[in-house]
Amino acid sequence: MFKAKALSLLVVFVMVVSLFAGCNGGGNEIKIGAIQPISGQVSAYGTQTRDAIQMAVDEINAAGGVNGKKIKLIVEDDEANPEKTVNAFKKLATQDKVVGIVGALTSKCSLSITKEAQQRKILMISPSSTNDTVTSAGEFIFRACYNDSFQGQVVAKFAQETLKAKNAAILFDNTNDYSKGLRDNFKKKFEELGGKVVVEESYATNDKDFNAQLTKIKGTNPDVLFIPDYYSTVSLIAKQVKSQGINAPMLGADGWDEITNNAGDEVIGSYYSNHYSPDAKDADVQNFVKKYQEKYKIVPNALAALGYDATYVLVEAIKRAGSTDPVKVQAEMMKTDKKYVTGQIKFDPATRNPVKSAVMVKVEKGADGKLTAGYAGTVNP
Amino acid sequence: MKKNRIFNTITLLSASVIVFIVLAALLFTGIIDEYNGQLLTLAGIYIIVSLSLNLITGFTGQLSLGQAGFMSIGAYSSAIAMMNFHLPLVVSIIIGGLVTAVFGLLIGFPTLRLRGDYLAITTLGFGEIIRVIMVNLETYTGGAAGLKGIPSFSDTGDFLKDSIIKFSWVYVFVIITIVIVNNLINSSPGRAIVSIREDEIAANSMGINVSYYKIFSFTMSAFLAGIGGALYAVYFGYLNPVMFWFLTSVNFVVIVVLGGMGSITGTILAGVGFTYIQEWLRFFKDFRLVIFGLALIIVMLFWPRGLMGTNEFSIVKFVRKYIRKEHEGGSSKPSKIKGVK
Repeated sequence: MFKAKALSLLVVFVMVVSLFAGCNGGGNEIKIGAIQPISGQVSAYGTQTRDAIQMAVDEINAAGGVNGKKIKLIVEDDEANPEKTVNAFKKLATQDKVVGIVGALTSKCSLSITKEAQQRKILMISPSSTNDTVTSAGEFIFRACYNDSFQGQVVAKFAQETLKAKNAAILFDNTNDYSKGLRDNFKKKFEELGGKVVVEESYATNDKDFNAQLTKIKGTNPDVLFIPDYYSTVSLIAKQVKSQGINAPMLGADGWDEITNNAGDEVIGSYYSNHYSPDAKDADVQNFVKKYQEKYKIVPNALAALGYDATYVLVEAIKRAGSTDPVKVQAEMMKTDKKYVTGQIKFDPATRNPVKSAVMVKVEKGADGKLTAGYAGTVNP
Repeated sequence: MKKNRIFNTITLLSASVIVFIVLAALLFTGIIDEYNGQLLTLAGIYIIVSLSLNLITGFTGQLSLGQAGFMSIGAYSSAIAMMNFHLPLVVSIIIGGLVTAVFGLLIGFPTLRLRGDYLAITTLGFGEIIRVIMVNLETYTGGAAGLKGIPSFSDTGDFLKDSIIKFSWVYVFVIITIVIVNNLINSSPGRAIVSIREDEIAANSMGINVSYYKIFSFTMSAFLAGIGGALYAVYFGYLNPVMFWFLTSVNFVVIVVLGGMGSITGTILAGVGFTYIQEWLRFFKDFRLVIFGLALIIVMLFWPRGLMGTNEFSIVKFVRKYIRKEHEGGSSKPSKIKGVK
């Protein structure tokens, strides 16, 4: 009896699901896909980026759409897992038949689909995959952010030119490609500009104690300490840096985004590179932050801003092309040269990486006693 | 007896060919579109790895949480065989299986002393060790950034043709795996393995070499998981250690338990269901994984021993019954199908 009931329940369930799955929109719309980690380890980033993409699409549709058609956004969850990303991509490519995809968020997920996106001529613009090799799959793969090698150089340049540092120390995670890439490029640029990396120490992901490495670093008395890692590890390191009595300012990269909500006073006076600063006086930035805050009640992070920009870059290229023919849209994408929220975006013809400026921000204590990331300067390529 | 065996082989062979032709035709005509074709192929790989786990967990009674570790060894070693040594596809896949079997042999030894939860923790640790090694062996595995550019089964640029070829490869290996596991279980070593699950002490006192069969089952299971991993690598063309973290192992345990520990057909059913339902639920958006979890709970409530328990659905029996019915004019009411033979 039970089995029969359960079975019929299951059948009804499957039927209802397939009923909904069968719904398809009319022909009077342009479909765009988004692959973002809505669940999984980095869902905090994924949901913010998705909201920003949705906001961009809503704005475009409210303004009359593109070439007389509305944009339809189809969001798929990749769980920050390459396997699920491929599934999501296949669905968007073969069932929804999207023109372009905004995604994926993490580099590993992007890398798992670039080859097929290129083969299928689906325009892919990743808002935030900074790994250098993401766009090397072919001419249909773009990104809205700068890559890791540029970022390492930006921080090195800033340390030399603005902070006048001569000796630098580096503490990095040697099991993480992001951290290692930044280390290499920082070192290269810093030494190229005449500085000296006096000490390099490493650790493994999920290490909790850094005192041994920091003691060595302290002995060399560096002018700056570069810690290229994500905010969760940095907040741990920063505490131990201060308790060791190292007073050199700490430097970081875009992985530090959100550090102000995750660390204490010990990070005050640190600098890190980011894609944008919500405090910048720029009108585009202020306009975006205001709209986002009204809609979702939080200050958008850099990934949200990048997602917003990536959507606009893609849709505007479709608009200029006047069709959804991938080759035409691709040609228009290459002609992009406009100021967006995260700065001027113009694609390098060889690599399809945007040639754009980076923002350096400084961690400060705000009037309300909370930490804020204040605008400290822009570094141009 | 001999006549029986020929009859069985022919029935099974023709059944698998018929299923293949039907599925390939559906793919070709586009009734199963590429997306669903992808899921079908992925389900095939999941079935292979789950069957290998079922051999340890369902039939030998040893809980393993390191199957993704085995899978990753197979995946990376076959990818390296292809990319660095330029070996042909089939050879690379088999190398993937063999290398993994060596590791299975190694991990088989602790199982002699450990049981139940303790063994589960050991295998869990093993899986994690493998993952960390893969992250650090950067020159060969690409490290945390992943390994790109693994040659595919077919890369003609004709997506329909490619997807059918990919599916065919995996399907052939699924059939081979089913045949291996089924024949093993119904052979004398297989009976010995099952007796270990039922009662180790009793098996030992009956003269069964428990140590030998435990290690044998681990090695065999590792071999099959390695094959599954190799297919996975070739299918996706991209590997990242994250794909083999411990929750991936848990997924396989879920499939085995869902299908019924010690049931081959159960694992196949659950493997397909597991892959499909997760994707079908995409239209629920943010609640997808909640509904999926709920579905698992409901299944376990109604079928506490898994979908099939330890039962099997046997095509041979089914066909036989049908033939007998024809002869006798349908007098015998089909009784509950149990066991393969």
